[in-house]
Amino acid sequence: MSKKAFFIDTTRCTACRGCQVACKEWKGLPVEKTFQRGTHQNPPDISATTFKLVRFTEHLVDGEVKWYYLPDQCRHCVDPPCKAIADATGIRGAIVVDPDTGAIIYTSRSKKLTKEQFEKIRDSCPYDIPRRDEEAGLMVKCDMCIDRVKNNLLPMCVKTCPTGAMNFGDEKEMKRLAAKRLNRLRAKRPRAKLTDPYDVNVIYLLEDDEEMYSTFAKW
Amino acid sequence: MIMGSNAAEHHPIAFKWVLRAKDRGAVVMHIDPKFSRTSARCDFHVPLRSGTDIAFMGGMINYILENKKYFKQYVLDYTNAAFIVGRRFDFKDGLFSGYNPEKGTYDKSAWDFEHDAGGTPLKDATLTHERCVFQLLKKHYSRYSLPQVSDITGVSKEDLLKVYKAYTVTGRPDQAGTIMYALGWTQHSVGVQNIRSGAIVQLLLGNIGVAGGGINALRGEPNVQGSTDHCILYHILPGYHPMPTANLATLEAYLKANTPVSADPTSANWWQHRPKYMVSLLKGWFGDNATKENGFGYSWLPKADTGGDYSYIFLFDRMFKNQIKGGFIFGTNPAMSVPNTNKVRSAMDNLDWLVVGELHHTETSDNWHRPGVDPRKIKTEVFLLPSCQRAEKAGSISNSGRWQLWHYKAVEPMGDSKSMGDTYVAIFNRVRNLYKKEGGAFPEPIVNLDFPEIYDALNVARRINGVFTADTTIGDRTYKKGDQVPSFTVLKDDGSTVSLNWLYCGGFTEEDGFKAMRRDLSQTPMQQKIGLFPNFAWCWPVNRRILYNRASVDKNGAPWAPEKAVIKWNGSAWEGDVPDGGWPPDASGKGRYAFIMTKEGHAQLFGPGRAEGPFPEHYEPAETPVASHPFSKQMHNPCMKLAKSEADLLAANADPRFPIVLTTYSMTEHWCGGGETRNTPVLLEAEPQLYVEMSPQLAREKGISNGDKVLLESIRGAVEAVAMVTVRIRPFMVQGKTVHLVGMPFCFGWTTPGCGDATNRLTPSVGDPNTTIPEFKASLVNIRKITTAKELA
Repeated sequence: MSKKAFFIDTTRCTACRGCQVACKEWKGLPVEKTFQRGTHQNPPDISATTFKLVRFTEHLVDGEVKWYYLPDQCRHCVDPPCKAIADATGIRGAIVVDPDTGAIIYTSRSKKLTKEQFEKIRDSCPYDIPRRDEEAGLMVKCDMCIDRVKNNLLPMCVKTCPTGAMNFGDEKEMKRLAAKRLNRLRAKRPRAKLTDPYDVNVIYLLEDDEEMYSTFAKW
Repeated sequence: MIMGSNAAEHHPIAFKWVLRAKDRGAVVMHIDPKFSRTSARCDFHVPLRSGTDIAFMGGMINYILENKKYFKQYVLDYTNAAFIVGRRFDFKDGLFSGYNPEKGTYDKSAWDFEHDAGGTPLKDATLTHERCVFQLLKKHYSRYSLPQVSDITGVSKEDLLKVYKAYTVTGRPDQAGTIMYALGWTQHSVGVQNIRSGAIVQLLLGNIGVAGGGINALRGEPNVQGSTDHCILYHILPGYHPMPTANLATLEAYLKANTPVSADPTSANWWQHRPKYMVSLLKGWFGDNATKENGFGYSWLPKADTGGDYSYIFLFDRMFKNQIKGGFIFGTNPAMSVPNTNKVRSAMDNLDWLVVGELHHTETSDNWHRPGVDPRKIKTEVFLLPSCQRAEKAGSISNSGRWQLWHYKAVEPMGDSKSMGDTYVAIFNRVRNLYKKEGGAFPEPIVNLDFPEIYDALNVARRINGVFTADTTIGDRTYKKGDQVPSFTVLKDDGSTVSLNWLYCGGFTEEDGFKAMRRDLSQTPMQQKIGLFPNFAWCWPVNRRILYNRASVDKNGAPWAPEKAVIKWNGSAWEGDVPDGGWPPDASGKGRYAFIMTKEGHAQLFGPGRAEGPFPEHYEPAETPVASHPFSKQMHNPCMKLAKSEADLLAANADPRFPIVLTTYSMTEHWCGGGETRNTPVLLEAEPQLYVEMSPQLAREKGISNGDKVLLESIRGAVEAVAMVTVRIRPFMVQGKTVHLVGMPFCFGWTTPGCGDATNRLTPSVGDPNTTIPEFKASLVNIRKITTAKELA
């Protein structure tokens, strides 16, 4: 099995949240008690029970409404800072890289990390992804649906996407697709970009600057 | 052009194809009161004051005619542009001739065409006769000038022109444009005429019957297409036969009144075949008991009062007036989804008994103990029958493109839950046995039915297609009694065939089996060019994927757009899609007019059949923020339907107490009234509570901050919601004044604690005169901040 990657084309995302819902259902994650707070974004943030979250941001730019969606998740970094910090604690194997796919996996050994050590790990993540299940003391996040991928199935968020926003496959193929889509989009949206394409295995295509989507969209 | 639809949110799968079209260079524009998830994926969004679509479209029709953007040959050959309208037709100050102000209805004979001695409509191919449809159309819409349209819709002149210019380039023969609409067009007191205005634009531009054209009514998971075809509505029987009425006592009288006769031999006038379809339907219902002598059991059908309205606005009005004792409510939640819900909820208190078929307890099943009532004082006995979920049963669904698709049972029904078919067949057989044993008043309609012992979806599908009741030879093939009928062209009016829906006849045959199960992607290169998959599922009628496709070719059968031809004549036969009428091209002299379902064979720019006139005319919603409009003194649809009771109040025009326009809608995360999806935790997590979307400008005026709790009040009711202050809603400049609009979903109800309660307590019981669809999309409210909330936790 060769290295895997996601390509997430936000210009095709309709924020239907099929990915968010499917992730939760496949993993059997409990729901959170949420409230309407004046935004469609709910749950409010990624959490120990929400690994995939569609973020909504809106702007009025030169009289034109811009409503951006970011289906946020772990980026499965090429050189993950969380793993470096975890390894430095001396507790080996809390965070591992799956050699087949390149998926970054938090293991049951992450229970051995203290809350303070976890906080450091979370601080190290440019995308603010790591969370801790306080009850179990376990670190949690998106695992690339490693159970599905090893059985030649697509990650659940990709499987459920109706518009082609979520894509998954061999790293080279995803990078080719990303470059192609960027090239086409640039003609209409000169600010279009791919986020950190050399550092991560979850590449986003954005039509505007990262800050317009989320505080933590960029390394 | 997406107008009156939030396609990305409500038709996410279909929207994939919109994105593909955009990839290939299509300009996708969204015209809608609010900026939605659809707008975010379009090239541009134009905000429009809710309820002014006809003004907007009337401006476009005027633009097309003034700037000669129309496809002249198409208009001449395929529409009724050249027809001459009779001398009695007139239009003055917002009213067409023939209006009866007491009844609020028209004598439509005032709009008849002028005929020759043989009864064929007179035409003027030069389109210059002052009473020809084309000239009348021009005159009517010349009144819809850019400044006036802008002034009343709240759309800037620049934005109007941006849409008009971008869209009307599709008037070229080799270009096509499509209009996608949904409830944003239908749910108005002028709903049908909103769609008529789209039809006129499409016909002028030659966009009907061609690849990439059409008026696309987006139908969704509620299976609107299938339920209309199979008649879940009161005004038709399966296959679009009008409901029998009390004044038509015999089958003969019914068929005479409803079977059009054309004097023009070139008009196929397809509804001339209605007797064959109607008799096959009756034969399907009553089996051997239906004979020629007894009118095939026509007298056993219930008859509607002539002009009677049995839509749910008036059903609940009768219930409110104590005229209904009990009934069955399946798969709908009227305590949430019918307008003026306070009235609906108290109307249901008048019932002695109520049977509800549902997956969960809903605001309807649990109405008797809703907030604010004493359950001890409600007399209604409620029976809640557990229904299984869609994935727990097999059946068919018909999509927006009329494809019948079979879906399979994925899991067994939970607990004692049953499909609606299983439930109904079991109850009906019990009732039938009681009638057989004990008799009763007028038992014939029940005991004479050809009714199954158990429900079998596949068997129903067979009977919908239809079978022969006697051995029959067609060509060189002999069909045995009980064999499947191959096509509706062989249905007969003598009782030798059965078909529960002639349109679906041909979908389940001896030759090819049940075609709704087909998943074959094979196609010819010509079909590939337009993405047509004739072997995937099956499409009514006769697997024709694009209706009116004879209008996509010229008189010689050559496609207007050769690169994306739907059909073409190869000299001896048609290729491509199944042609809409297999006759040779018109130039051969053996052809028929392209629009075979209309009596005259031509598409109707001038449409004499609708309740409030042959041309769409702008009228304000029943509740409007303005006191006048530029097109006439007639403020509202002169024929709109109004329920009349002490609970049915309407705000005055430009009522200072209720200055804000309310529009209501669904969302991706919740389905219809929310009865199912609020009980799906992960969906409720994503959209937990009722909100009201409003502009920052209105929020400032009212001292409201994002996330505040607010109270919405109309003349009929009050509703709590969370304020969602957003740049996606914009104030409108109308007649020099600011008009604010707010928008709310209607899916949150009290059985889900703390999520809010029915938005429809605000909306009025006002309906379109043709369909009685309620005006959910435009009414009047006021809004204020509250410090404590009862409905929201």
